[in-house]
Amino acid sequence: MAESEHGIVGSSVLRKEGRDKVTGAARYVDDIRLPGMLHGATVRSTIARGKINRISFSPEINWNEYVIATAKDIPGKNCIALILDDQPCLADGAINHREEPVVLLAHPDKHALAKAVEGVLIECNPLPPIYSMEESEKQTEIIWGTDNIFKSFLIEKGDADQVWANADHIVEGEYFTGAQEHLYIENNGMIAAFDPAAGITVWGSLQCPFYVHKALMALCGLPEEKVRVVQMETGGAFGGKEEYPSMIAGHAAILAMKSGRPVKIVYDRLEDMVATTKRHPSRTRHRTAVSKDGKILGGEIDLTIDGGAYATLSSVVLSRATIHAGGPYFWPSVRIRSRALATNMPPHGAFRGFGAPQSLFAIERHMDRIAKVVGLSPQEIRRRNFLQPGQTTTTEQVIREPINLSGLMDKSLAHAGYEEKKKRFSLENKTGRIKRGMGIAAFLHGAGFTGSGERYLDSVVGIEGTADGSVRVLVSSTEFGQGTNTVLCQIAAEALGIPYEYVSIAQADTTIVPNSGPTVASRTAMIVGNLVRSAAIGLRQTLQSDGTLTATYTADEFVDACRKHVAKKGVLRSLARYSSPEGIYWDDVRYKGEAYAAYAWAVYIAEISVDLTTYSVKVQDFVALQEIGKVLHPVLAKGQIIGGVAQAIGLALYEKVLWQDGRMLNGQMTNYIMPASCDLPLIRVIFEEIGNPHGAYGAKGIGELPMDGPAPAIVNAVVDALGIDFDSVPLLPEEILAVMNSHSIATTDSAPAESSR
Amino acid sequence: MSLLPAPAKQEISLTVNGAPRTIHTFPMARLLDVLREDLDLTGTKEGCSEGECGSCSILLDGVLVNSCLIPALQATGSNIVTIEGLANDDRLHPLQKAFLQCGAAQCGICTPGMILAAVHLLEKTPKPSIEEIREGLSGNLCRCTGYLQIFEAVEKASRNEVAD
Amino acid sequence: MRADPADYELAAPGTLEKVLALFADEPGTWLPIAGGTDVMVLYAAGKLPARKLVNIGDLRELRHIEVTFSEVRIGAGCTYTDLRQHSVIANEFPLLARAAAWTGGIANQNRGTLGGNIANASPAGDSLPVLLVYDADLILVSVRGERRIPYRHFHTGYKKTLLAPDELIHSICISRNLKGYISYAKKVGARDAQAISKVFLAAMARISNATIEDVRLAAGSVGPVPIRLIGTELALAGRAIDNSLLETAGKVMAQEIQPINDIRSTAGYRSVVLRNLLGEFLQGLPGARIDS
Repeated sequence: MAESEHGIVGSSVLRKEGRDKVTGAARYVDDIRLPGMLHGATVRSTIARGKINRISFSPEINWNEYVIATAKDIPGKNCIALILDDQPCLADGAINHREEPVVLLAHPDKHALAKAVEGVLIECNPLPPIYSMEESEKQTEIIWGTDNIFKSFLIEKGDADQVWANADHIVEGEYFTGAQEHLYIENNGMIAAFDPAAGITVWGSLQCPFYVHKALMALCGLPEEKVRVVQMETGGAFGGKEEYPSMIAGHAAILAMKSGRPVKIVYDRLEDMVATTKRHPSRTRHRTAVSKDGKILGGEIDLTIDGGAYATLSSVVLSRATIHAGGPYFWPSVRIRSRALATNMPPHGAFRGFGAPQSLFAIERHMDRIAKVVGLSPQEIRRRNFLQPGQTTTTEQVIREPINLSGLMDKSLAHAGYEEKKKRFSLENKTGRIKRGMGIAAFLHGAGFTGSGERYLDSVVGIEGTADGSVRVLVSSTEFGQGTNTVLCQIAAEALGIPYEYVSIAQADTTIVPNSGPTVASRTAMIVGNLVRSAAIGLRQTLQSDGTLTATYTADEFVDACRKHVAKKGVLRSLARYSSPEGIYWDDVRYKGEAYAAYAWAVYIAEISVDLTTYSVKVQDFVALQEIGKVLHPVLAKGQIIGGVAQAIGLALYEKVLWQDGRMLNGQMTNYIMPASCDLPLIRVIFEEIGNPHGAYGAKGIGELPMDGPAPAIVNAVVDALGIDFDSVPLLPEEILAVMNSHSIATTDSAPAESSR
Repeated sequence: MSLLPAPAKQEISLTVNGAPRTIHTFPMARLLDVLREDLDLTGTKEGCSEGECGSCSILLDGVLVNSCLIPALQATGSNIVTIEGLANDDRLHPLQKAFLQCGAAQCGICTPGMILAAVHLLEKTPKPSIEEIREGLSGNLCRCTGYLQIFEAVEKASRNEVAD
Repeated sequence: MRADPADYELAAPGTLEKVLALFADEPGTWLPIAGGTDVMVLYAAGKLPARKLVNIGDLRELRHIEVTFSEVRIGAGCTYTDLRQHSVIANEFPLLARAAAWTGGIANQNRGTLGGNIANASPAGDSLPVLLVYDADLILVSVRGERRIPYRHFHTGYKKTLLAPDELIHSICISRNLKGYISYAKKVGARDAQAISKVFLAAMARISNATIEDVRLAAGSVGPVPIRLIGTELALAGRAIDNSLLETAGKVMAQEIQPINDIRSTAGYRSVVLRNLLGEFLQGLPGARIDS
């Protein structure tokens, strides 16, 4: 595992594109205007399920001024190519969710455009819609395939049927997580331009240029070299711009091809909220056989996620949720059954954590439930079941690294002042209207694509020397705040032994950069970073082998050698391609083996207060302790954790998607509540580093890890404070009151609630 | 009282980042759109269209406002500062430097509004407490940072501890 | 942005006299816009029915705070920031300063006006229950002159007020006779700042010998209008403060309010929490004997 010799990796260099961001110079898609550009808009269905009868156009509008496109205008295949290719780009006959795109309009004046959208009437014959997992699994209405099931998994380890006979306790629980909206502050947007010779070009807010590229090839019926995708500065993504951009790019492209003019489509907040993807809602059922000293003997886990109307990425979200469902614990035997169901909701999609927050919420709530039944503390139940090096996960992956979860937990508890606070709260909670509690969540997060996914991605990275002697990183990995540009340039600089300032990174343009895979799955620093390092070393070796650079050199000598080489040869470029590590085995059918090349591990502790006057929960203190291999950039790493914890606090306590007839009702920032500056405690971030042989400079992926822990830690803390079980998120004050009422504990005379055990 | 129909577009004069500007626009055009489209100052962003996210924040006559909620006519004769007006040629404002050093900008879309909110806060309260910082930034939503590194940046700038 | 600026007129007569003359000529035609924090939200959502607006944000006549011996007169055009920064308001009418601090973030406080909050007539307006317990009067102006009405008569139904089609709110008058009152206000929103109120209670009481001599209660977001809880006040007046008083008062209060389920909260939550806020207020009064 490479060490940081020059100290560039491991230091908090300034964000590579930071200056542009703090001066307002950074260019996001809506900041761009092209000559002759039209604005585009989408007319969407107003029912959740049915057949289109007729599309009519109001006589009050002069339609000659507008470009109009429907499914008939799609040059290639009417689908958004992703995994199952079941999602049309424009509805053609069948409607399967509210806000499904049907008609596209373009006009030079965006106000005239808005009026025209109102003037298109889509008349449908409605069919009975399915709005929930429960209705879907009844299969009384089949809305997708033959059984409403996008995908299912079965993981079996040991013999889950034999564990019940010897169990001293059998503990059951059912846990729910709701939809969550990404709420990136920059809405989705794309600009497309078409030229018959050059083909289609799109510029936009996106995470994965080559996903969009692949989708546009199929949609526009164009070969690879006639599709160009360019990422603009992207104002937040969180997975919400992983697959959705292919849809909006497709819309802009269709209009651009039909009109021969550039077309810009930018959503406003309402459209973005009601029409684009959300986190998959989930329901997890646990049934666990436990010995009297609190050891998990085995169990059954049943996990269902709501995929919405089309498959999109549900199979992969389900995969990750299923693999993480056992948490960081040793299961001698387990049976995990999971499925992604179709409903007539707008399709759900990638969102930071990607299934793991859902299933980890369940297991971490369940561990506290088990603790209560067995009569052990939350920390002791975990201690007795933590995975040890040498043991296997639910997919029978051997834990080969020297991870000490008990030690992590002890540190985390100490930082949080857990024992002292628990004692104090149990006294203080006897009186007064503010009840306090502590909650633990222990978890893991696999970085990179599952199993053979990275091999399938076959990522390629480039480093080139330029004419002025500086170096440019060529990747399709994108920056959207998490620090891609900075970390990859740091790695290149470190590997070459030149100053960070001498390294730049190319804009992610599919005509310029190779496909280093999508910017997802917390893979960028770890996997792409490693390839950047290899490519950089390759570049150095090229210069050293042609004699322009000696074995050791100064930065100036490097610049000189680089210039000379480029002047002479015209180009200096080194590519590196992913090759999967030895001894990695994954069975895609039985879902067994090395699911992930690396796991990051964490123990989070939440201290909360519940005010029984208002039933509001406030997070008073939060400790986020995690083992992440190696900290490549302290400030960026800390920022990822704090930001992820904040977003997960939103999932836990604030962010409820309200649905009405299959459409998001609260599609405005006034009514979809995310935590603001007054709502978050000082989140204390602690890093442990045991390295990672498969990650750049020992790093593991961390972008999604912080999303997994806060929700269960917080809810466990609320349960601790009130002595009542809560098993779903988001947990709003109204829900707390309702549950307390149903327990007949909440009275307006407020007798003190049962507090901690 | 004249009841002639009002002219559709009007000449509106105002000062933007120290320079006198005249725009020809509808009185109900939003100041945000005037800045971004008529004046090509795209540093001010649109996030929510309802004065909730603060990414459109600017200083108008020295006071922090959400430009998406201001009709152009109401900005007549006003003195506007946008993010583009903060740096002095190539010299960044201490808050801009502090934001860079503390990791307070991640995706950057909330950053212009957030920095101006911080400028406004430090002008009124040069040495704010953490509670005053939280309150001063309560109208600026950030989805990336979880705010803490933004608070650090504001504190650092308020203590004049920003290195060059 | 779902409105076309080309479809709207915004007149700016520049003086109060000229604005009132416009109203007199064309009553009910011109929608006043001051800070714009309500109007522009509707406008951008494409939900503003009015097409003609008149600027009152530049009327200096409306932006003053006069302090006399007996009362404070706040111009309707004063912003929430103006209220927070005024020492007499901060010292003598702290509930109003607090309500101003709870209304939106700093940028919206710099623009939103007290008159706008009143005229917009949302039952969730944060200043409104406070003005009710302060027994504020409104001065309404038109070409026909001035009239002074008790604020508590102003709201006649959901978003319906006593404002005539040719009238503007000129100022808000609050008497400086609140010595000896203990005051309380609590806003319950979805988060700690910048949130629309789910439940709001403003309360004031004068206590003598552990009994309630005078009490004023007003609630927001529990009915179509912000409401003085007159019945509850009667149930509390002259009594000692104990558990049974709270129980009685709570029952009366439940009859006076009409909370609903809406996008922000539930009727059940609002009822229970308002009741809890009343209890919190009473419990904080000297001589109260209420169990926590």
